[in-house]
Amino acid sequence: MGMTVVEKILARASGRAGVRAGDVVEPAVDLAMSHENAALVINQFLEIYGGTALEPLVWDPSRVAIIFDHRVPAESAKTASNHKRVREFVAKHAISKFHDIRGDTGGICHQVLPESGYVRPGSVVVGTDSHTTSHGALGAFAFGIGATEMASVWALGAALNVEVPGTIRVEVTGDFPPFVGPKDLILHLIGRISAQGANFKVIEFHGKTIDTMSTSGRLVLCNMAVEAGATSGIVPADGETARYLREEAGVEGPQPATAADPDASYEQIVSIDVSSLVPQVACPHTVDNVKPVTEVAGTKVDQVVIGSCTNGRLDDLEVAAGILRGRKVARGTRMLIFPASGKIYAQALRKGLIADFMAAGAVVMNPGCGPCLGVHEGALGDNETALSTTNRNFKGRMGNSSASVYLCSPAVAAASALEGVITDPRKGRD
Amino acid sequence: MGKVVLKLEDDISTDVIYPGRYMATVLPSETPRFAFADMTDFNGALTAGRVPPGSMIVAGKNFGCGSSREQAVSALKGHELTIVAHSFARIFLQNAINLGLRIVTAPGIEAAGGDEISVRGETVVNETSGASYPVVKLPQARQAIIDAGGLIPFTRKRLLQKKSGDSHN
Repeated sequence: MGMTVVEKILARASGRAGVRAGDVVEPAVDLAMSHENAALVINQFLEIYGGTALEPLVWDPSRVAIIFDHRVPAESAKTASNHKRVREFVAKHAISKFHDIRGDTGGICHQVLPESGYVRPGSVVVGTDSHTTSHGALGAFAFGIGATEMASVWALGAALNVEVPGTIRVEVTGDFPPFVGPKDLILHLIGRISAQGANFKVIEFHGKTIDTMSTSGRLVLCNMAVEAGATSGIVPADGETARYLREEAGVEGPQPATAADPDASYEQIVSIDVSSLVPQVACPHTVDNVKPVTEVAGTKVDQVVIGSCTNGRLDDLEVAAGILRGRKVARGTRMLIFPASGKIYAQALRKGLIADFMAAGAVVMNPGCGPCLGVHEGALGDNETALSTTNRNFKGRMGNSSASVYLCSPAVAAASALEGVITDPRKGRD
Repeated sequence: MGKVVLKLEDDISTDVIYPGRYMATVLPSETPRFAFADMTDFNGALTAGRVPPGSMIVAGKNFGCGSSREQAVSALKGHELTIVAHSFARIFLQNAINLGLRIVTAPGIEAAGGDEISVRGETVVNETSGASYPVVKLPQARQAIIDAGGLIPFTRKRLLQKKSGDSHN
């Protein structure tokens, strides 16, 4: 019996000839990422060493990445002090993959990691953030863990007692119609298999639509795989992965490609033809409450948000600017745009997109997690409604438990901002 | 045995268990104050000490979905709650095991607020209704972490083994 992509990666990382779903392995970790919650990881790490007489040193400082993104710049003295403590730890342990609050190299961890060339095909990536699944877009096995588990990785360089997950194969065919894209595809998939449909499993993406999709689009799919409960999403590395690493991440040299064996064993196969897909919207308060935009069109929105680790990349901003250019955000609607990284912000500036957004009346914010999880800025008022390109719409997500959040693509968000109500971007743009 | 102090539906996210705006608070001694912060009545009962240790929360499928924030686990553990759910989201389940929060997966569990529940080995019994429900056992690999007293002692032991192995080579 052949192996899936993740089984192959875990076999390699565990020094075994082969593994299959259900086996327990202890894979060596290639990259261990944390953000502000490194403050908690540090506490747990020191706790592990307590009473051992061993000096607490991370196993390999070159494999630890820390990126400040959740509350940047600090919104409170408490956060600023956490940042300061993490900076001191980073300096003491000579952690080089550290991205502080900066306009050039800063940004959201799930954009900074790929664009800095830290994520390689076939590697094992863990992160103290559930959207670590994103990095499967480059053919890595990437999954979210808690702070204590990260402390254990810092100490030992391996993830302990990992059960090899089963895999769901998703076959995607067809060309996207205008104003329909990767976000609509992943929302449709989550709606179809449910918020727990892939719990403890990997979603492996295949098909002609995936073959021709940019890494940026693949990041959207893998980012939201966790919203179906998946341990990870993965797109097997291919020519596009090598192109992205070379042209956008400055990584020279050939890249290993790990393909699934033709006789690999899958728990489930899901086929999707995107040629008839319409724009999708995830309605409050679960990500699997997905409807075609036509069913929710006309719903009034108080705030429209474009950005995040899901949809804050250059192609997302280009789609939005194409719709907003020369027009105005509706009165009574606030529009917030936050690019995923400083690098993307600079690219958007050079292309004139930031000027388009400002002229339309949008507020352009600094790169970071922004309003997505309601900890920093852009919180919602009582009973308000937001439409957002982010990845979660749980009760209280944007800082107010009486508010409602709808999730959509950048095209739906931009078209809706102009009207002040949820709007089908295809309307009048054929 | 413990009383059901909260009955919840499917897909309770960590945003509900521990809202994001309290994420800058990390110490297990401080996080319990913000458990279910937006459910003001229940949070009030917890913080006023009106919920005795060993009390039960009964939930549907996919409890703890969403963010990996470990505060969602340390906040509940601080109140010594037991969570009985139809199923748990992966990261929450792992965090609970790592930190020693008592969780029980019982896919058929039915209970109302105020019912008395007891966990007896591989069965959950609703003492009030008389019904019993099978418990889904944890995989051996995860049970080993619980048996060690959590991931910190488990890792510490492995670290000491590794170091002593290194020095012999």
